[in-house]
Amino acid sequence: MRRPGGIESLAELESDRAQRRGKVLRRLVGELRPHGRLMGVALVFILVGALCQAAGPYLVSQAIDHDIGSGDGRGLLQTLSMLFVVYAVGALAQRAQTWRVGHTGQKVLAELRRRLFERLQQLPLAWFDRRPLGDLMSRLLSDVDTLNQLFAQGLTQLLGSVLGLVGVLIAMLALNVRLALACFSLIPVIVLTTWFFASRARSAYRKTRQTVGDVTANLQEEIGGVRQAQAFNRTEKNIERFRDRNAANRDANVAAVGITSAFSPAIDLLSTLSTALVIGYGGVLVLDGRLTVGGVAAFLIYVQQFFRPVQLAASVATLMQSALAGAERIFGILDETPEPPDAPTAVALGSLKGQVVFDRVSFGYDPERPVLRDVSFHLEPGQTLALVGRTGAGKTTVASLVPRFYDVTAGSVRIDGEDVRQVTRSSLRQRMAMVLQEPFLFSGKVADNIAYGKPGATREDVEAAAKAVHAHDFITRLPQGYDSVIGEGGATLSQGQRQLLAFARAVIADPRVLILDEATANIDTRTEALIQLALGRLLADRTSIVIAHRLNTIRNADLILVMDQGAVVERGTHDELLAKGGLYADLYHQQFRDTPGKTQALG
Amino acid sequence: MSTSAPASGRPAGGFAAILRALRYLRRYRLESLGALLSLLLVSVANLGAPQMIRIAIDQGLARGERRPVWLAVGGLVAIALGRGLFNFLQGYLAERASQGVAFDLRDALFARIQRLSFSYYDQAQTGQLLTRLTSDVEAVRTFVGSGVVQFAASAAMLVGCAGLLLWLDPVLALAALGSVAPILFVLRSFVTKMRPLFGQLQALLGTLNTTLQEDLRGLRVVRAFSAEAREMARYGETNAKLQAQNLKLVDALANNFPFVTFFSNLGTLMVVGVGGWRIFHQRLTLGELVAFNSYLAFLLMPLMTLGFLASSLSRASASALRVFELLDTAVEVTDRPGAVPLPPLQGRIELRDVRFRYAGSEREILRGLSVTLEPGQFVAVLGTTGSGKSTLINLLPRFYDVTGGAVLLDGHDVRDVTLASLRSQIGVVLQDALLFSGTVRDNIAYGHLDATREQVEAAAEAAQAAEFIRALPQGYDTVVGERGVGLSGGQRQRLAIARALLTDPRLLILDDSTSAVDAQTEEAIQGALDTLMRDKRRTAVVIAQRISTVRDADVILVLDEGRIVAKGRHEELRASSELYNDILGSQLQPARQEGAA
Repeated sequence: MRRPGGIESLAELESDRAQRRGKVLRRLVGELRPHGRLMGVALVFILVGALCQAAGPYLVSQAIDHDIGSGDGRGLLQTLSMLFVVYAVGALAQRAQTWRVGHTGQKVLAELRRRLFERLQQLPLAWFDRRPLGDLMSRLLSDVDTLNQLFAQGLTQLLGSVLGLVGVLIAMLALNVRLALACFSLIPVIVLTTWFFASRARSAYRKTRQTVGDVTANLQEEIGGVRQAQAFNRTEKNIERFRDRNAANRDANVAAVGITSAFSPAIDLLSTLSTALVIGYGGVLVLDGRLTVGGVAAFLIYVQQFFRPVQLAASVATLMQSALAGAERIFGILDETPEPPDAPTAVALGSLKGQVVFDRVSFGYDPERPVLRDVSFHLEPGQTLALVGRTGAGKTTVASLVPRFYDVTAGSVRIDGEDVRQVTRSSLRQRMAMVLQEPFLFSGKVADNIAYGKPGATREDVEAAAKAVHAHDFITRLPQGYDSVIGEGGATLSQGQRQLLAFARAVIADPRVLILDEATANIDTRTEALIQLALGRLLADRTSIVIAHRLNTIRNADLILVMDQGAVVERGTHDELLAKGGLYADLYHQQFRDTPGKTQALG
Repeated sequence: MSTSAPASGRPAGGFAAILRALRYLRRYRLESLGALLSLLLVSVANLGAPQMIRIAIDQGLARGERRPVWLAVGGLVAIALGRGLFNFLQGYLAERASQGVAFDLRDALFARIQRLSFSYYDQAQTGQLLTRLTSDVEAVRTFVGSGVVQFAASAAMLVGCAGLLLWLDPVLALAALGSVAPILFVLRSFVTKMRPLFGQLQALLGTLNTTLQEDLRGLRVVRAFSAEAREMARYGETNAKLQAQNLKLVDALANNFPFVTFFSNLGTLMVVGVGGWRIFHQRLTLGELVAFNSYLAFLLMPLMTLGFLASSLSRASASALRVFELLDTAVEVTDRPGAVPLPPLQGRIELRDVRFRYAGSEREILRGLSVTLEPGQFVAVLGTTGSGKSTLINLLPRFYDVTGGAVLLDGHDVRDVTLASLRSQIGVVLQDALLFSGTVRDNIAYGHLDATREQVEAAAEAAQAAEFIRALPQGYDTVVGERGVGLSGGQRQRLAIARALLTDPRLLILDDSTSAVDAQTEEAIQGALDTLMRDKRRTAVVIAQRISTVRDADVILVLDEGRIVAKGRHEELRASSELYNDILGSQLQPARQEGAA
């Protein structure tokens, strides 16, 4: 909602800490280093262009004074030929510089995007846990975009006009020192005018930025929550509230524009006044025989060229300002510490057998407040571990430590006897599969979503996996079967169906270690029973760690850990724990209070 | 994953869309006309300036007189002041008009987004809607606000300048105009090249952003499957395409704009050459030559502006298309003409041969459901995945309209009563418990804004949420949601239940809502809900999958393939329905699993 090229940019520049900006700018320039030669060549062309820009009016003044004034037809033709060459060289130089600067900018941008994405892939999960996804997304998108705008529009213009300005100043001095100095006397006026408007625009635009924020901040949420709004009959109320914020934004913008629309005319006024100055003072000089008419004509052009960079600087400063802010945040992410890389001595896990050992493991984002405390267990290949406990007991954290999503703060996690920190992550995760609490589906075909677990899987593999988890039936009933396209987050599927797809994705990976995180909670019991039959076969020779609230799904576990507040409070098999009559038995009886007879049948 | 590239640029429709956007200016007639008038006055002032220069040179400098020079200076100062004033008025008024249009568009879009039916959101992407409300409106605003005024003024300036040049010296004018004319071709080739590029660029950017968004949301999946390298490759591919497209844009810029400058310079060259030649023959004065050269600059300015407008028009028309596409999306579920408010609900539900199929789908989800449920009953709905449970309960608050049959509440067809009166009497806990950024209190009071502190806390108490809320850092004033404290699935659901309970509905609908809560919590919620239902004679329809929920239901509906295949109480169904036993099977007969393993 910011007007490009307005005064507000200057206001912002002032209010920002220039030092930090300087640092970011230097680093941004550093990004150009790999393209140093290309930029060097571009700089030469920019210089050539600036020289041509300054030489043009000079030649025009020569033509008027010397050739036309003295009636020298041949001389006029000569001067004009030179002018033509200057114009042609200028155009070619401009083309060459635009091309080089543009290509460099786009390459730098693509490289930054790539590095940003790469870094996001490497950052520890804990980093993401602390950041709202919506904010992160909108920042990533708009930050790179502002840089793009700077590279696409601002950079060439700024370089060209600043260098051009130098040329123009020199040419003015060369033509006539007095008139040049008289023109330069306007510079303090320009600075004062700019300062006058900038200080007034600052407060106006601070308010505008806030109202813009008010309009957009909750928009994503309000759009995502339309169903809730309709269910709770809040539609009209929401519209009304949005209208207020929208109107406040409009009014703040109009108020700010009252100030900023005066800036450009004020500079324009100065520019016209400078023309008057050239005519007036230049005229006096001509009449006194100290300047030629051609000189006045040249000065008239130079004065316009002199004001162009000033006007341009305001618009480029807007771009520059937001680009630097964007670059700062981009560098901020690039500077985040990635997940500790694989240890130099890390080895690739060979064919995984599936032994999982937790040895006195503790974990916490904040060492002061551990999420897990002193958790130990020993799981032989093929065994099933069930994690039981209330919400927030630490079950999910235990499961997340196995594929080394997080690093333990004390103790160790060992797979086949190797500390997970001593093996490469890819070899560790290659033979593991995980079904998360809220299954995430990518937008795309059903088949692609299943094949995600096994790159290069054939359609037969996909269908086999789908059949194994009884997803085949519902998939074939979809409009295009396996080629049906799933929308954002799998919105067109029920939760149960989404989970079945996540199962199929895990199954196709043919993992040695399988982690199920509360994944059975939202599937109706009949479907779940079918899945359990399938999983029963799958788990037979796989190590698995299952988190489920339903106790009957974990009765077959080889080991059950009952967790509470990050610690293991009970351990054993189903029968042992029932006999013990502790927390597990409590939980169990709550669920099955009227079928005690059936449970007895177990024993 | 496949990437869908939306069709780019539909120029014909785009132009109509821009015209339609321009019609929004009608409400800001005065501002628009004022801006146009101001800009024309600025142009007149512009044209006056070279005349002053001519007077100064010809009548002053050439003859050695000072008076004309000072006259010209005075004239220039007057022109400068007038230009400043009208430039300011132009900018201010145009901004007022454009901000007004942006306000109207955003207001209409937001209202449409709030009112669009559930069926729309089955397909819609939040990111797309967001873009339309922000950057698309902005693109339209920029063009509508200044574009029209600038276009009119540029056209006037162009014609005026050309006329003035021809009047000053036809021969010189033709020579200058002839050398400047190629600019038109350069600009045209640039705009035709830009238009498709622009659409493709936006499409690629959209794809890239989708990849980014998905990778952030599906972070754990990517990591669990060690798919970082694959995702990098996927992203890298689009990134490379985007870069190539951007480079094409740079090429178009580099290959066109230097030549615009070149041809405009060529105009100066022609003026000096031909003008010099005419001065030799005493057909022209020096002052006229210099003034002429200044007019040429004024001719070039609107030319460049028109070129710039043409490319911003293609951007604005693409955005206008997207804005109006959303504005024109029909709201499927609306009040019928003559809809009456639903009288205070008793809670009798009657389904008459209800049929439903989702738009664009062949398959009927509900295939003729008929049942009557009495006020105050606790109804449990059971069925396999895809049997139509969620669809069924979505029909009661009329989130969708039936495609056959009718849904009646207290004997009123839900389509005959106003939506507001209908939904205000129904409390809904949807499948995905969604929290809004705000305090816990705001979230509970979502459907009942003027609820007192006591009411909010009572609802939290009833939903068994009070205990964990008190344990939060700031209790009821703790900020939750994306920007606040993260809550577990179970906690979110209890807040959602509290939210529904606070509206004190006659009819309560719960979808899958208790399934992610651990057994102990569910037990507590169940107890609370049970008491609430009995106390206030509420009708409750609950989709349940657990035996502990259905056991106490007054009526259990068993759904299969869109039909009610069994109906009754727990004991009756255990004895009579095979499917019922099947669905609850593993919970009823734990031993069976043992046998199968």
